Amino acid sequence: MLTTWRAPGGSEELAIRFGDDGGPRLLVLPAWFDESNKTRHFTVETMRLLAERGVASVLPDLPGCNESMAELTEQTFGSWREAAMAAAKHFECTHVLAMRAGVNISPDLPGFAYAPLAGKSVLRALLRARTLAAKEAGRPETTETLLQTGKVEGLELAGYYLGAAMVADLAEAVLAPSSLVPLDPGGQLLWLRAEPEHNPKQAAALADLIAKGMVA
Amino acid sequence: MTTNPSASVAQPHDTDTILRAILRDVLGLSDERVAELDADSGLFGHIPEFDSMAVAGLLTEVEDRCDILIEDDEVDGDMLETYGALLTFVNAKRAAG
Repeated sequence: MLTTWRAPGGSEELAIRFGDDGGPRLLVLPAWFDESNKTRHFTVETMRLLAERGVASVLPDLPGCNESMAELTEQTFGSWREAAMAAAKHFECTHVLAMRAGVNISPDLPGFAYAPLAGKSVLRALLRARTLAAKEAGRPETTETLLQTGKVEGLELAGYYLGAAMVADLAEAVLAPSSLVPLDPGGQLLWLRAEPEHNPKQAAALADLIAKGMVA
Repeated sequence: MTTNPSASVAQPHDTDTILRAILRDVLGLSDERVAELDADSGLFGHIPEFDSMAVAGLLTEVEDRCDILIEDDEVDGDMLETYGALLTFVNAKRAAG
């Protein structure tokens, strides 16, 4: 279940493991920031259902996220990409499942993308949430100004303190052509939910698609 | 270009369906509740969980699915206050785009 691994930056990170050793193993890259909270239950439940279907999987904490002691402000696409690669190697993963923005740092493994989201779009939604809240509070900010400042000084968005390099990486990141197979289990888009919620039927549908894809 | 979006023949007919589907996901409404939304149904400022983060997610999803870009200065309380106001805004954006 809970285990640890060391990220290239030196931090010891937690990971959740499901399933037996020996067979193929799926590296699960979580959604980012607020979406990570909203989809975590769904993600972990999908992994548990995958184990029932004979597919082992591991969900590592990215440095600076979840239980990680590393500083989020110091993270970049590069550090997360290296961390994803290191986790894949450490846990001997054969496939990857990239949830949402996880696709931006996916290592070179065959696998799947669940509702892939470009870094650019992640930043757009976070900036919009901040400008909306600021407008409501009567101290308007503009996306343009926030972005300029963010690229130099870093930025607090939805409670996440992002360093300047991360803001710049997000701003530039479009969805690159990928060999990952996009999966659509149908159902509600849980990352949009105002309050985190789980959907067992949807998790089962996703687990079925992955289990089928891994033996194909 | 018309200034009255409801009179525009270029108005895409599926905006209503798309918006209801996104609101269903954002607010976790049942299909029945979503079908009951009418032009006067209150949104921003009327539903507690419809906060700035939820609105940001909704608008970004609308942009993706309707292939439009919504600027900062177009987003205000009026356009988000009721379902009818939001529908009119998105329809006008789509017709203009």
